[in-house]
Amino acid sequence: MTEERKLRLIGTPFRRVDGRAKVTGRTLFADDLHFPRTAWVKLVRSTVPHARIKSIDCSSALAMKGVLGTLVGEELPDSFGILPVSEDEHALAIDTVRFVGDPVVAVAAVSEDIAHAAALAVNVEYEILATVPDFDAALKTPEPRIHDYGDEGNLHKKISMEFGDIDDGMAQADTVLEDTFYYEGNNHLALEQHASIAVAEDDDRVTLYSSTQTPHYVHRALIKTLGLPPARIRVIACSNGGGFGGKTDPFNHEIVIAKMALKLGRPVKIALTREEVFYCHRGRHPALMHIRTGFTKDGAMTAQHLRTAIDGGAYGSYGVASTYYTGALQTTTYRLPNYRFDGARAFTNKPPCGPKRGHGTPQPRFAFEVHLDKAAHVLGIDPAELRLRNLVPADTITANWLQIGTTGLRECIEAVTAGSNWKERYGKLPPGRGLGLACSAYMCGAGLPIYWNHMPQSGVQLQLDRSGCVAVFCGETEIGQGSDSVLAAIVAEILGIDLKDIRLCVADTDLTPVDLGSYSSRVTLMMGQAALQAAEKARAMIAETVAEHLEVPADTLVFADRRVFRADDPEHGLNFNEAVVVAESRFGTLGTTGSYIPPRAPGRYRGSGVGPSPTYSYTAAVIEVAVDADTGLYNVEHVWCAHDIGRAINPVLALGQIEGSIYMGLGEATMEEQVFRRLPKRLSPALVHKMPSMLEYKSPGFHDMPGMTSYLIETADERGPFGAKEVGQGPLLPVLPALANAIFDAVGVRVDQVPIQPENVLTALQAKTAGKDARVGPKKFPSIDYGEVLRVPTPEQGGDGRAVGDPRAQHAGVRSASGTMKDREEALKEHSSATLTTD
Amino acid sequence: MLRLPPIEFVKPRSMQDVLAALTDDPADDEVRLVAAGTDLWPNMKRRHQQAKTVISLMSIPQLRGIETAGGELRVGATTTLTDILRDEIIRARFPAFARAVASISSPPLRNMATLGGNLCIDTRCTYYNQSEEWRRSIDYCLKERGEICWVATKSPRCWAHSASDAAPILCTLGARVKLVSSAGERVIPLAGLYREDGIEYLNKRRDEVLTEILIPADSDSEHCRSTFWKLRRRGSIDFSVLSVAAAVWTDSKGMVTRAAMYLGAVESRPMPVDAMDMLLGKSLGKTLNATLNATLDPTLDPTVGKPSGTAPGEQLIAAIARQAHQIARPLDNTDFTPSWRGKMVEHYAQAALGELAGLPMRRLAPRHGLTVV
Ligand SMILES: Cc1cc2nc3c(=O)[nH]c(=O)nc-3n(C[C@H](O)[C@H](O)[C@H](O)COP(=O)(O)OP(=O)(O)OC[C@H]3O[C@@H](n4cnc5c(N)ncnc54)[C@H](O)[C@@H]3O)c2cc1C
Ligand code: SF4
Repeated sequence: MTEERKLRLIGTPFRRVDGRAKVTGRTLFADDLHFPRTAWVKLVRSTVPHARIKSIDCSSALAMKGVLGTLVGEELPDSFGILPVSEDEHALAIDTVRFVGDPVVAVAAVSEDIAHAAALAVNVEYEILATVPDFDAALKTPEPRIHDYGDEGNLHKKISMEFGDIDDGMAQADTVLEDTFYYEGNNHLALEQHASIAVAEDDDRVTLYSSTQTPHYVHRALIKTLGLPPARIRVIACSNGGGFGGKTDPFNHEIVIAKMALKLGRPVKIALTREEVFYCHRGRHPALMHIRTGFTKDGAMTAQHLRTAIDGGAYGSYGVASTYYTGALQTTTYRLPNYRFDGARAFTNKPPCGPKRGHGTPQPRFAFEVHLDKAAHVLGIDPAELRLRNLVPADTITANWLQIGTTGLRECIEAVTAGSNWKERYGKLPPGRGLGLACSAYMCGAGLPIYWNHMPQSGVQLQLDRSGCVAVFCGETEIGQGSDSVLAAIVAEILGIDLKDIRLCVADTDLTPVDLGSYSSRVTLMMGQAALQAAEKARAMIAETVAEHLEVPADTLVFADRRVFRADDPEHGLNFNEAVVVAESRFGTLGTTGSYIPPRAPGRYRGSGVGPSPTYSYTAAVIEVAVDADTGLYNVEHVWCAHDIGRAINPVLALGQIEGSIYMGLGEATMEEQVFRRLPKRLSPALVHKMPSMLEYKSPGFHDMPGMTSYLIETADERGPFGAKEVGQGPLLPVLPALANAIFDAVGVRVDQVPIQPENVLTALQAKTAGKDARVGPKKFPSIDYGEVLRVPTPEQGGDGRAVGDPRAQHAGVRSASGTMKDREEALKEHSSATLTTD
Repeated sequence: MLRLPPIEFVKPRSMQDVLAALTDDPADDEVRLVAAGTDLWPNMKRRHQQAKTVISLMSIPQLRGIETAGGELRVGATTTLTDILRDEIIRARFPAFARAVASISSPPLRNMATLGGNLCIDTRCTYYNQSEEWRRSIDYCLKERGEICWVATKSPRCWAHSASDAAPILCTLGARVKLVSSAGERVIPLAGLYREDGIEYLNKRRDEVLTEILIPADSDSEHCRSTFWKLRRRGSIDFSVLSVAAAVWTDSKGMVTRAAMYLGAVESRPMPVDAMDMLLGKSLGKTLNATLNATLDPTLDPTVGKPSGTAPGEQLIAAIARQAHQIARPLDNTDFTPSWRGKMVEHYAQAALGELAGLPMRRLAPRHGLTVV
């Protein structure tokens, strides 16, 4: 169908629908909204890392002029959390605080200034508990537990699974290599700080406007915590000034102001400071990783064993999924016939980690790609060639049962090696100059929703009338990535109209069909498919009536240039609005819907829910670096990045995502780190964010960006709309390892950790001069009991996707097999059966 | 959003009004001066600097302006950093000063920020430049309300570091400042304005206003060669984690008659490097490039680098750089680790002197955030 039609808009660099408003400052972000009688809320946050709350005294705050009221934890007793398996958060702490920044009290006042002054006047007394600062401490300090649930002590989640037989695989190898890597945590640093405003519409009804990537999940969290029926809560996601995963959880402040608006009967607003954004966090998990891989002489991989230890901070957030993700996508780039993954996540007294661009996968990708670079040197094979020899073929199933779609990784590698003149220059540049290569793959939307259901993950509804305007309703959320433009363009393309003929109504839980939100690179693919379906239905209705009207067969009609006309006789046709009049006269009020449910993944084992995706994107990057051997200072000279996007809906938007990913990747590679200060233990239990400000948390600026050359590789995949795959996250992944590999090429030292500080380079260089191991990085990996290993035969071994001896295997398919969803039995208990359908 | 606490904001009409509003009672911290406030307002929002009344200097036109009297350059205290950068005479005569000013924060901030404010900015420390709530979490510190210096827990003093980029170069050039109070006025060497204490970091009474900065005629590019180097993480915005300002005065034979170097950001005051005296009576090398300074364009990314090859003065340079390393006190209260910053003192001092000696330079790290400016 669409393939045969000539595309007019899709694939062209059309102007974003929200571009003009954004560059002229007319876009309304949440913090721009104001309603009459708006009250301001400020949160009193914990000043201690781990403690029981002894007492809360709000009397001085309440005595201040202009203070309207306070809220404490007991008034919002129900817990919430993005994953049903870890609903461990309270809007305001009840009994226990778990990190410096954990909200305890909310104060409302007639102005933000008074709210802040009053918040400072609230006195909370604490009974201090032992501080658990990092993964190692969590492992060694099972008591006191930060939460009374989780797999063991302060270990939140433990995973162990083996696909095939790694012992067997290692035995077939000529060389077995192992490495330990560390990846520091970091924040999304979206420019817009979280802000929300809640309006009490009338008794017991509240509307929340918020900077959120996931209005649907916020709606669910509000239903749970406010104890109101869904119809009494409306969530509207405003345009987001960037999200990157930092606005995908429901947050304390959203719940608090909704409750406060109901309590006070007036609009209530909160605008977080940058420091508070660092406390909301949900950023990259710090990850310690150990990787061991067997290679044949020719560079084929026979087996890999990956172990990860991630520091989750104080709450669950997406952490269970994050833990799985540190292992799940390892198989998607190169053939790995036998693969074992052990992962663990710890609770610590720090702001909770969660999903940041690449969710859980940049860490093991860094480890894998540097490890491969080392292997290439040991085996004497060019790093690009080593990768080309191992590529995962298109349309195959990996050892851990992921269904691969199209892949353009070969073309990506060819593009960046040609662009950087790799063959002539790699390994041959003068001392201090080097090239590094790395590759990656990423999901185009998570195959499973966050809570158990069989309903569409994205819905789109069209409304057409005689004016010729088309209103498009969808729960999708514009976070700056351009999803509004993609939605409008797909509908405009199918109906042959202009972007200006489209009116969008998005991200409003009262008015728009559910879309799960802007995360996991799912929007273009899932929303796009739903929009395509809805638009095709509308097109068919119009085509049918116009065909009758013009007395021609419907399939000879073309929709283009705001007209519907005969392909063989373009003069013969109707204007689009006339065509709608004909259709409306015939069918009555016109409306269509479209929805998208991802295909069923072949995996049937516990944990197989994390990793599946309709298809995967691929990226390769080469970085050129100049290193100064005396100081360790280095400069990224250029980045070449090629991304297999399937099909670019809008190449300019797509290139923007690649460049943004390179920027973010370089930030993580060179300087960004969310790190904490521990004061001397004998003097203080404090554990504070070292630099919760835009000035001191270092992230590159324009000055610091190198030149970039980006390539779009198009391997259209029928699973995506017009063949499109993702581009929002994947291109970040190869940037970090490519830099580490380039530094090795330049000066012959390994920095097996990120960010790569100039000091690290200097230390490694000094070790090299002294004849010692020319490496900086973690020295050892702790011994962790990951629990009993789940054994899953691979497709090659003739497996059926189930684990060996898994008693639950018989239910597989109707029951959640992933950490991201509750068991079906449990889910059924909690929700009415109407929200669940069996397959 | 972080908000200012309520204050009384006073815009006096005349210098007399300003002075009348100030007292010299050291215990009186209810009144503060503000110029552009790019330092004071953030500090007050975080509440580690407090005041009931804030007196603006921006409404006094006489405090702003650049003039030359008998070769001496006089810069009014509220002259903005952008004013300074736009001044052709300053760029030609005091290129290293212009380079230092060009390295301060970012263009929008420089459009507001004043030179007087820059010379008086508070010392900085990552345990201190934090919100009220954050500081509560560590029970404050010596500099404000607390009992302990968290950077050096046994230390009786505060080690917050000097943060001004104009200070080291102006000390190097022998600049003086005029301090005015209702009791009268005095002119002191800028180097004497600073104290080795992170809390009481200025030798200035509370009722004194810095009105003017005076740079002597014999410190201009006809009489001396000067330079300024700054180490920071990114290409813009960041404060120095180290700065090196240096100048040498030579006679007609190329012999050094006077030499000075100050280090910024590694102590609570700009640190003088006495070893510069070793240069006196010596020639810095045969390849002196007298035109080097004259062609410095401070608004452009300057040629950055370090000496390569050998020259007669190089051993001397190395010895001075080693001393600079020894006297610097980089501590764990800013970006990067202290040990690495310490090593960089030597490299940067060496590079600055190499530049003055006209040694061939090679580019170190162009365009990157770690650009040496
Ligand atoms: C993001 C950021 C980056 C920065 N980067 C740099 C940098 O790289 N290098 C650098 O040097 N600085 C930097 N600064 C600090 C500051 O902006 C500049 O130093 C600026 O020049 C200060 O001038 P001001 O007029 O704003 O001072 P103000 O904030 O008005 O005053 C600073 C202090 O000096 C006192 N004061 C001001 N004028 C006088 C006077 N005439 N007499 C007596 N006391 C006075 C005030 O009471 C106050 O205590 C940065 C600031 C920010 C916010
Ligand atoms: S140096 Fe010590 S006393 Fe001074 S601000 Fe820092 S922690 Fe506080």
